[in-house]
Amino acid sequence: MKIKNKIDQLVLETLEKKGIIPSDDCTDETFLRRVFLDLTGTLPSIEEAKKFLYSKSSSKREDLISYLLEKKEFADYWSMKWCDLLRVKSEFPIKLWPNAVQAYARFIRDSLRKNKPYDSFVKELLTASGSNFRSPAVNFYRAVTEKTPLKIAEAVALNFMGVRISKWNEKKQQQMAAFFSKIGYKPTSEWKEEIVFFDRSKVFPVEPVFPDGIKPDISSDIDPRKVFVDWLVRKDNPWFVKNIVNRIFSWLLGRGIIHEPDDIREDNPPSIPELLLFLEEEMISHNFDIKHIFRIITESSTYQRSSLFSKNNQNDNKFFSRYYPRRLEAEVLIDAICSVTDTSEEYFSPIPEPFTFIPWKQRSILLADGSITSPFLEMFGRPPRDTGYESERNNDISVFQILHLLNSRHILSKIREGSGIRRISAGAERNTAVKNIYLAILSRNPSEEEKRYFFSYMTKNKLELNDALNDLVWALFNSKEFLFRH
Amino acid sequence: MEKRKNITLFTRREILKIGFGLTAGTLLSTLKTKSLAKNFDNKDKKNFKKTAKAVIQLWLWGGPSHLDTFDPKPEAGYDYTGPFNKDIQTNVSGIRINQMLPMLAKNADKYSIIRSMTHRNNGHETASYIVQTGREPGTGTVYPSVGAVVSFKKGYKAGYNGLLPPYIVITSPQGRFSEAGFLGSFYKPFATGGDPNKDPFIVEGITMPGVSLERQIDRKKLLYNLDTLGNSMKDEPLFIKTDDFREQAYELILGKTGKVFDLSEEPVSVRERYGRNTFGQSCLLARRLVEKGVLYITINYTGWDTHKEHFKFMNTMLPEMDRAFSALLEDLYDRGLLETTIVWWGGEFGRTPKINWSPPWNGGRDHWGNVFSTVLAGGGFKGGVVIGSSDSKGEEVKERPVYPVDVIEAIYERLGIDPESTVPHPRGYDVKIIPGPEENIKRGGRLTEIL
Repeated sequence: MKIKNKIDQLVLETLEKKGIIPSDDCTDETFLRRVFLDLTGTLPSIEEAKKFLYSKSSSKREDLISYLLEKKEFADYWSMKWCDLLRVKSEFPIKLWPNAVQAYARFIRDSLRKNKPYDSFVKELLTASGSNFRSPAVNFYRAVTEKTPLKIAEAVALNFMGVRISKWNEKKQQQMAAFFSKIGYKPTSEWKEEIVFFDRSKVFPVEPVFPDGIKPDISSDIDPRKVFVDWLVRKDNPWFVKNIVNRIFSWLLGRGIIHEPDDIREDNPPSIPELLLFLEEEMISHNFDIKHIFRIITESSTYQRSSLFSKNNQNDNKFFSRYYPRRLEAEVLIDAICSVTDTSEEYFSPIPEPFTFIPWKQRSILLADGSITSPFLEMFGRPPRDTGYESERNNDISVFQILHLLNSRHILSKIREGSGIRRISAGAERNTAVKNIYLAILSRNPSEEEKRYFFSYMTKNKLELNDALNDLVWALFNSKEFLFRH
Repeated sequence: MEKRKNITLFTRREILKIGFGLTAGTLLSTLKTKSLAKNFDNKDKKNFKKTAKAVIQLWLWGGPSHLDTFDPKPEAGYDYTGPFNKDIQTNVSGIRINQMLPMLAKNADKYSIIRSMTHRNNGHETASYIVQTGREPGTGTVYPSVGAVVSFKKGYKAGYNGLLPPYIVITSPQGRFSEAGFLGSFYKPFATGGDPNKDPFIVEGITMPGVSLERQIDRKKLLYNLDTLGNSMKDEPLFIKTDDFREQAYELILGKTGKVFDLSEEPVSVRERYGRNTFGQSCLLARRLVEKGVLYITINYTGWDTHKEHFKFMNTMLPEMDRAFSALLEDLYDRGLLETTIVWWGGEFGRTPKINWSPPWNGGRDHWGNVFSTVLAGGGFKGGVVIGSSDSKGEEVKERPVYPVDVIEAIYERLGIDPESTVPHPRGYDVKIIPGPEENIKRGGRLTEIL
């Protein structure tokens, strides 16, 4: 078994102890598709696919990871994730309203584009004051179902500690909530503008105590949120770093070392404690550089294993002896279909969106507002952004989803009427056309057998090349290789 | 009975408070409901008879006028009645409805009218939410609609094994408030799309014009042969599930099951009886779906939000509604299905009793949540009953206020769903399907008049 970095060493030690034999390294084709989807939620273009597949470089996987981490799509995709967790939505039950949604989402995306150190990102979110339009980070304190200290504490703990405080005793909840009891909100004359500020006139309902039991001294002219954040982002905070590295690991591998990743508590232990500890150390020694964590995980052999299993490791679902397949998320799936067919989606919002304009061919990943949606996104389990829980996203598969992909006018008309297929097959002889379609949809070349089958299908049914290619695209869209990360 | 239950509940609550101090409310409600449900099962078996198997919800999105339908006020004057200033006798003595509904008048023995519905909310979304969840909006929890709860309690994970989805909406979903709330996308309705009044009626995903049966079968073969990864990982549990669903999907596309949507199978006379319009044929489709065992069907009937030129629209919509609704009742009755099928008619509110004659409204009615009417039929509900009343102009409840939650509770009862049972919230606690007294939701009491 290859050991590329310490992640592999720690995972293999555990696997050996458990008597689990890990799956082999995945192929270049599988890696290409997997890492594009996992880091950017986007399929490689035909050119990107060819470049990687035909490269002879021994560092081609590492080079591809570096390339993807710098792509705009990396920030786009992960800001979608953060917008899910931070409940970025115009209305119901969260009420950010359209203008603030756009400002907040842009703040999140810019932070990711700049690779803002994670501790600074959280600090800005939790200590900001000012207008929800001009100081967008303040929207954190508006994206809660009720603007009460307890609901805010619940959101802070969930997002940045991976903890569900409803499992704590009442007293401990109130003591943490007290840090958020001096937040004031006031409207302005502008529609839906709201100022979030440190309200000195408020008094603590109970004395604030940090969740680790330590009681700070807070004089009345100090914003208690700042005191809380200073405690939160400390390197020895028992939750802060653990939460983020465990989440990133779960985003990439489909399962947290602690699982669910937002349910960290003593009676929910990590499957490989040393691994979690190692990732925490890496995060701290690299000054909260999020991309570094993405990089070391995707560079590991652990991440690069095949999803094929043997009798020996077929029951392993928490020691990462193989790559666990998962269905593509709603947004990723429809974006891929739209990009291959070169078509656009139509979105709707049940609330008035006076200042929102959605350009033609807008990617679903880039929708800032959870209130703007489409029937496809709803059917495929896009999270409603109501709670901030990771489990809000539903990647289960259903009969209706399969029906929709197999036989809906929505999908079939994209294939028939979109210009994408024509463009990659126009003028090409049929072998090249088929090859390009495979590269565009499955990021690999077709096998001889696949080609043979397809051409015999075409002959047998007396189909024109264009019609047959439409059927091919349809079949590949419905293949498991397309629908799942693997 | 009601009283005894409440006593038990408060006692238990007190005990818990004493026992654990003020622990998290979630724990409290879980323990409470579990113990209560047990009591309920033991005591109430005989009063709690399951009579219904399915629900057809006729959802008049926008809000139908109560005066122009089931609560006419011919004495209120032209500014209230407009041109529909007469009522007519129904086949139940003492019950009179608007002159515009002559066919429904012949069937009043089959349904009961609640004339004292109220929630005092005049926003479409919020009122729809209240009427279909029984909860007030803005609590931080997004509650599931009745259809989603039924789908949870009696659907796939509770023994339903039909090939058709257990919860279907004809034709398009209502938007955010028709949805599954915190139960999640698994419990959302399947929306047929298309128009059942068109031939062919194209059901999104099931019928595809222009693709012949042979071509479908050929394409299926192509898909199975080119599913290379799937074929090389046949033991992958996710893929096994996908294959099962794919087979089910093909049964709907190619097999007999999908034929339920082919309304051309019905005799012309039947199609005419329901009315050759989208709502009429939707009602006919709903009957066909009930015959196939579908649990909950919502017909999302739009066009009732008539702020402008109300009477012009009502002149076509009321006869259409009268024809289809009465046909549905008669047809279900003739087939012996009315006994086990609840038909729930209504919208999110009524409309302002006083007509706005000024331009640009030119005889419009606005939103009115203070009092409105709902109709319940079949499924074991008594027919020929009027519950409550509104005042002489239909502006306020006169007697026996009924809140949406009362209607929902009655529907659950008839379906054999314990109203005190719970559904799981993703945050790991249980939520009562009907709010308990601790939620302070206004109640009018059990609908004993028709239960």
